[in-house]
Amino acid sequence: MPLDAAAIRADFPLFKRDFGGGRTLAYLDSAATSLKPQPVLDALEAYNTRYTANIHRGIYTTAEEATAAYEAARASAARFLNAPSSSEIVFVRNATEAINLVAYSWGRKHIRQADTIVLTELEHHSNLVPWQLLVQEQDADLEFVAIDDQGRLDQQSFEVLLRTHPKLVAFNHVSNALGTINPVREMTARAHAAGALVLVDGAQGVPHGPVDVQDIDADFYVFSGHKALGPTGSGALWARRELLDAMPPFMGGGEMIREVHLRHTTFNDVPWKFEAGTPDIAAAIGLGAALEYLMALGMDRVRAHERMLTAYALDMLPRAVPGIRIIGPASPDERAGIVTFTLPGIHAHDVATLLDREAIAIRAGHHCTQPLHERLGESATGRASFNVYTTIDDLDRLAAGLRTVQRIFGEDGHSTAAGSVGAAAVQYPVSSHG
Amino acid sequence: MDDLYRDEILEHYRRPHNFGTLEHPDLSYEGANPLCGDRMTLMLDLDEAGTVTDVAFTGRGCAISQASASLLTDTLRGRTTTELGRLAKDDVLELLGIEISPARLKCALLSLDTLQRALAERPAGTVTTPNAVEVRA
Repeated sequence: MPLDAAAIRADFPLFKRDFGGGRTLAYLDSAATSLKPQPVLDALEAYNTRYTANIHRGIYTTAEEATAAYEAARASAARFLNAPSSSEIVFVRNATEAINLVAYSWGRKHIRQADTIVLTELEHHSNLVPWQLLVQEQDADLEFVAIDDQGRLDQQSFEVLLRTHPKLVAFNHVSNALGTINPVREMTARAHAAGALVLVDGAQGVPHGPVDVQDIDADFYVFSGHKALGPTGSGALWARRELLDAMPPFMGGGEMIREVHLRHTTFNDVPWKFEAGTPDIAAAIGLGAALEYLMALGMDRVRAHERMLTAYALDMLPRAVPGIRIIGPASPDERAGIVTFTLPGIHAHDVATLLDREAIAIRAGHHCTQPLHERLGESATGRASFNVYTTIDDLDRLAAGLRTVQRIFGEDGHSTAAGSVGAAAVQYPVSSHG
Repeated sequence: MDDLYRDEILEHYRRPHNFGTLEHPDLSYEGANPLCGDRMTLMLDLDEAGTVTDVAFTGRGCAISQASASLLTDTLRGRTTTELGRLAKDDVLELLGIEISPARLKCALLSLDTLQRALAERPAGTVTTPNAVEVRA
């Protein structure tokens, strides 16, 4: 049975807010952060009002309740990812922190001079910059899998790069900028055959469909909670137990220790070895509630819902909005609920500002993928991204809003370069000055 | 009609004044808006007293940033670099004459920011080529 988005919307209080004239917000920026359903808000509230206590310390009732709720959230994350054991789930603030943890802890131990790490042209800055920092420090090298014109990873280019015998291959499950669903299982198998470990950035994988880390067979899988209906400040790193056991700590402090002496310390077991200091307990508990909410809906149904929306958008937008250029995979089978576009002659920022007046929220800019935008030859694009609460009506409002933008700019969508504004301005002759 | 996108702003976007390049600018700087990656290059010709004799800019950006650059560059000729150094945010917002939300302020101020950086990059007695290589004046 398909998801009933209308019923699901009743769980999201933001839809009760009036954005003028009785309008709800057409929230199409879920890839940046998702809205939060009532069960998640209730979980945060319960921890903050009924059993506030630090975890893994107190001997009293509320401390035990808090510890149990925190560890139950870890079990929820393990179940969501089909991880073999919840001891393989390390709570972090977000996917960025998880990648930095791996780069710092695993990377500094294993990446040596002249070693190669293979990334892709499709990566979010968070899966580029930590590796840039690491290779600068270790005098190692980065290589990048190319993309084709639909924003899909070029498997031939990947094959060639694997011949350099990289130590690590890191790529996203789903592109945050274009929605491309990457063949993570196949790529992981090929990377393993070439002797590399694999890190999958699941920041857009977890919110948009089923994830099975045993099936993917990667070595590290990371995600942010706040993009998957959870609170900001929540996220997780999954890694194979033997890797975590062998990795040195990321940060030192309380919680991650077993015994501390003035000059030396023995460390706690995983995953707590990587959770120094009091964590964001409420956020972790909220993340557990979010993942339970998603699992109750069924991630196959979540994916089917987003596929339906994506197919609708890819078909409807070019007909309803003349001239719109959609970037990324043409098939909804290869694309999660993320539709990236440009309007000729109108900058994405102007599009987003004018849509905001229609109570439509989209992302405009480079979506933290500047190198990808350079590759695409675009300085900025617009991006509409979906989640379980997104409806066909949201997409129809987007189309109508884009037509309004075109009218304000005097763009009928059929302009040639000569009759177009903005983009054509780049080619204005020198004589236009003075 | 939308105030932010009133005709005058859109007109400057469609046909920006001073859009183009100078052949041998005395001062040239490429500025960027970190929010979106938009870039603009501002070029100035100066006489010996440091007075602007000509100005041009190139680059891609939204209507707000392009209109702002068009309007701002129109005011630069005949002014000294010292005077340019005193230009502030409010001067640019006054030129635009529209309400700018905090999220779009960086777009509106990209041209001013680029001008200020161009001036700051310029050590006394030197000028900068378009490639940002310093040569003796």
